[in-house]
Amino acid sequence: MAVKKIYRPPMDFWERIFIFEAFRGLGITFKHLVLTWFKPGHKLTYEYPEEKRPVAARFRGRHGIRRRPDGSPVCVACFSCQTACPPQCIRIVAEESPDPAIEKRPRSFEINLVRCIFCGMCVEACPCDAIYMTHEYELANETREQLKLTLEDLLDPLEQER
Amino acid sequence: MDRWDGGDMKELAEWVIRDLFSKNPDTWQYTWAIYLAGMALAAVICLGFVAVFAGPVTWVERRTAGRIMSRIGPNRVGPQGVLQWLADGIKNLLKEDLIPDDADKPLFRLAPYLVFSGMFGTFVVLPFGANLIAADLDIGVLYLMAVTTLVVVGLLTAGWASNSKWALYGGIRSAAQLVSYEVPIAFALLVVVISTGSLSTQAIIKAQGGWPWQWFVAKNPFTFIAFFLLLTSAMAEGNRIPFDLPEAESELVAGYNTEYSGMRFLFFLFEEWANLWIMGAITTLCFLGGWQIPGVSPEKISASSGWTFVGWQLLSFAIFAAKVSWIVFIVIQARWTLPRLRVDQLMSTCWKYLVPMTLVCIAGVLFMDLYIVQGGITDKIIRWIMTLLGAAVIVLFFLRARYNYKMDKDKYPGLRNEKMWYPPYRMP
Repeated sequence: MAVKKIYRPPMDFWERIFIFEAFRGLGITFKHLVLTWFKPGHKLTYEYPEEKRPVAARFRGRHGIRRRPDGSPVCVACFSCQTACPPQCIRIVAEESPDPAIEKRPRSFEINLVRCIFCGMCVEACPCDAIYMTHEYELANETREQLKLTLEDLLDPLEQER
Repeated sequence: MDRWDGGDMKELAEWVIRDLFSKNPDTWQYTWAIYLAGMALAAVICLGFVAVFAGPVTWVERRTAGRIMSRIGPNRVGPQGVLQWLADGIKNLLKEDLIPDDADKPLFRLAPYLVFSGMFGTFVVLPFGANLIAADLDIGVLYLMAVTTLVVVGLLTAGWASNSKWALYGGIRSAAQLVSYEVPIAFALLVVVISTGSLSTQAIIKAQGGWPWQWFVAKNPFTFIAFFLLLTSAMAEGNRIPFDLPEAESELVAGYNTEYSGMRFLFFLFEEWANLWIMGAITTLCFLGGWQIPGVSPEKISASSGWTFVGWQLLSFAIFAAKVSWIVFIVIQARWTLPRLRVDQLMSTCWKYLVPMTLVCIAGVLFMDLYIVQGGITDKIIRWIMTLLGAAVIVLFFLRARYNYKMDKDKYPGLRNEKMWYPPYRMP
């Protein structure tokens, strides 16, 4: 291991007697004190429960499934997401669709959020762009059963009261 | 019935005996009871004041710290979080009071009381207003120095009785620090005592005036320096950053109070916060004119009667409290500005710099008092120059803060060609 020498300029007289440096420091802290008080946008923190931090557009929260114009799910129960899911948290039961143009539809679509690692592989795998990830991240719950998302939960993710 | 013409608690008690009971205080058999009642009243008032000061100032400090760090600080309990100190106090009261098995239990229990009584004893001589003082002792400053030493005993006892090496280190450090910094404080107070010719705190205030150029801080250059030396030493005496070595959490776990919890721990913190007021009050009464109202002489206050008298008292208290709050704010701000000193730096600051400088100040004040006539033309010129110097320091401070704001206003392009340091005579 080579020793890396860092050059630090020697302190001059005014820095060494410290009192003027302390004075300068007090000026800096006073600036922040006044600005945080009076200037909006100077504070760096969020008052979390009331004021939520905006998330990035590609943020991966809990899942959702898109609807067709008639209200039925876009999902065709192709099992691509269930196959792609690394922790195997998706379970789909398929049934025949009444619409002759569509082959299958999910009878139940269950995502176990206790197992989910929020990797987004299911979204990548979906051929119909049916499953997507919302920006909801407040997922704490009382029991594990409540953390199993059913098809109804997934279809209306933003209307959920959780 | 005579009017109570002010003074301290003893005079109030004698006035009660003489005028309400129509007895001679020297011969009446119940004089001691009235004295005792007076003492109890003074103690209760002072204790209430300390509690009401030390609590909210924790909230003030945390809010100030938050703002300095570009965040908000506690704002949940009550409007803007003003009741945070009550919540903290109740939490600490309800917590389990742990005493380690290996601790020296009687001493462990005794230490918080020693610390607290050492702090609280100073309130006997600290004035609050023109006639608001528990006892105007003739040896006030000496008493102040003597009784604060009890805090050292308490901290050392706490460190030793905890039977923990970190607490012991903290206790020993605090003993070394506090005993060392008693010396520059005593010398800086001696500067004031020489200028006044009395050790009484009220006499020191009465020797000054209401206007800034009548304060001791502007009396001559040596008292001006002694003011800063006293402020620095008082910060060290109160265990405030940059001198809070006894509880340096990066080196010791929490210092002398490592093993304490619950209410006993709160006593140590209480002492620390109350120390802020004591620190500010000593500095204010010695150098910043105390409770003196500008343009109103103490004799005029004593000569007034009825509600006018009460009004003057309240006004003098408000002025005193405003000055003390200013000092307290500076101390709080310094805590969130300056880094902590090393132990050797702490000791060398005290013995190699502060003590010799205070000695020079004493010599200088003796010289100035000998050759400059009080109230003469030279004295007036010096006082005006020192007042302007003090004002210049404050103005420079605000210009400095404004410069800091302008400097990084546009995300630091101004820094590119800016020399980061310039001597104080070119300070913007």
